Amino acid sequence: MRASPLQKLIIAILGWGAALLMFFPVAWMVLTSFKTEINAIHSPPLLIFHPTLANYGHVIHLGDYIGALTNSVVISVGATILGLIIGIPAAYAMAFFPNRWTKDLMLWMLSTKMMPAVGVLMPIYLLCQRSGLLDTQTGLILVMMLSNLPIIVWMLYTFFKEIPGDIIEASRMDGAGPLAQLRVVLLPLAGPGIASTALLSIILSWNEAFWSINLTATNAAPLTAFIATFSAPEGLFWAKLSAASTLAVAPILIFGWATQRQLVRGLTFGAVK
Amino acid sequence: MCTLELKNLRKAYGNIEVIKGIDLTINDREFVVFVGPSGCGKSTLLRMIAGLEEITGGDLLIDGVRVNDVPPDKRGLAMVFQSYALYPHMTVADNMAFALRLAGVPKAERDARVQVAAKTLQLDALLDRKPANLSGGQRQRVAIGRAIVRQPKAFLFDEPLSNLDAALRVQTRIEIAKLHNDLQSTMIYVTHDQIEAMTLADRIVVFNAGHIEQVGTPLELYHNPANLFVAGFIGSPKMNLIGAEVESSNGQSSTLRLEGGSPFTVPTALGQGEKVTVGIRPEHIAVTDQGTISGRVEVIEHLGNETIAYASIGGAEPLTVKLPSASTVQLGETLHFAPRGHAALFNQAGQAIALPRG
Repeated sequence: MRASPLQKLIIAILGWGAALLMFFPVAWMVLTSFKTEINAIHSPPLLIFHPTLANYGHVIHLGDYIGALTNSVVISVGATILGLIIGIPAAYAMAFFPNRWTKDLMLWMLSTKMMPAVGVLMPIYLLCQRSGLLDTQTGLILVMMLSNLPIIVWMLYTFFKEIPGDIIEASRMDGAGPLAQLRVVLLPLAGPGIASTALLSIILSWNEAFWSINLTATNAAPLTAFIATFSAPEGLFWAKLSAASTLAVAPILIFGWATQRQLVRGLTFGAVK
Repeated sequence: MCTLELKNLRKAYGNIEVIKGIDLTINDREFVVFVGPSGCGKSTLLRMIAGLEEITGGDLLIDGVRVNDVPPDKRGLAMVFQSYALYPHMTVADNMAFALRLAGVPKAERDARVQVAAKTLQLDALLDRKPANLSGGQRQRVAIGRAIVRQPKAFLFDEPLSNLDAALRVQTRIEIAKLHNDLQSTMIYVTHDQIEAMTLADRIVVFNAGHIEQVGTPLELYHNPANLFVAGFIGSPKMNLIGAEVESSNGQSSTLRLEGGSPFTVPTALGQGEKVTVGIRPEHIAVTDQGTISGRVEVIEHLGNETIAYASIGGAEPLTVKLPSASTVQLGETLHFAPRGHAALFNQAGQAIALPRG
């Protein structure tokens, strides 16, 4: 069916409306980060003001931005790599050698995401404490990996399912063992899917705040914890908080922008076939 | 050299038995076709032979060695899939050389063997292409080439022509027949297309619901179907199968009353009142004034090389008659039909009753 010009117009307005609605808080945050604290809480809000970089200077000077950035990179990339190492074989087994428990297992994995994280805060905290993983990159990598693993396995499972079983069987006839099947057939064919899974996992880990704030103090605090330090007991400093947030999301926004083609392709894979 | 023996081979999924004890020997260099309606278990059996499905019971022997638990690649068989199952990210040459690469065959030998196979299949010009840039027929040839390169003991074909259009199917069928002549190796071929079965096979195995209905050469199946299932399955248009009751029998011949009322004589003794089925192929019916079966022509199909007429003889099913293309039969005309020699007779259990050849 072809859309009429009017329908196209309505769709365009709706699309832009939704996009602006989602973009607005980000834009407002960036805008606020260039205001003085006085201007930031001015009512009605100011759209025209003298921009200042003072907040950024203050945030970088006061907090350990570079340290937090490094932690964010190490933790999100580390959790993603570890997640893929565990998730790829798991999804492979589930997609190509399912048994009667596979469906239940996958639902059970997903169900762990339905529980609020705070529900397991105590046990996880104590586990980390006893094993000396509190406020360490390793501890956060492990927790982030575990929290993203269900999504990683589900996504990979869907991508692997797209690969015709005949091709895997042909490779078995040709003499490929499980490892060779993974390496020579599965990984090249599911490459785009694996890449978008990795990207999503990095973004989710990057933006994860609950565990970051609760399990780190100074050594392993990533950017999300870094932002939180600016809502201090002394009160809320909107402009500085905005500057810190902008600094925190900027890298992942740029990263997402650069890889958006890959991301969109991966997320709509199968839908368009 | 490759002989395959299937001894009471079984396959069950839970409590559901899909292969119900198959006994079959496939001789060296034989071209055997498994044929049957979809869901009859023919593909499952092929996959069991390939090693892609576990064997629930019985023995599978290749050259006298039991291979039930041998992994697929160690059985020395090559399979051609219906979907071609080429590796989309590899070139034609890499696709064909893949098994050799895994087996650690040196590159020079790999290339040489790929070249030879590519020549046979006229793929030499396409070796650097990816499967996506090939036509359906070319992809199927690559899939066959991938099998040839391995120099397997036997080839397994799983409905290899089903995804091709009609013209290409005929052409590829001929190529496969030629290939069998050239390679002189054992081939097992699964299809639901009885024309493919008739044209390619040394022997046809007709499957139905997980068991074998009949094994024989194409002409044996055509002339002497062992039962109603085979009679109805082999031959196109389908054999006319008409219910009948024995009116009288004199020890040498019997007179039947066909469904619809026409009388019919068969040269064998039968019990009076016995219910039988008469099978007459459409091409074995003559239109003659002496014919005892009379019917009114209801549909005429002009195929060019021949004409097919469907005549109502009073029963549920019309009588299908194959006539020469020049036939002047008219719609609505009442004709008299007589069998030309080859009528078949089946008892109530559907098994063929032997008739003296006449």
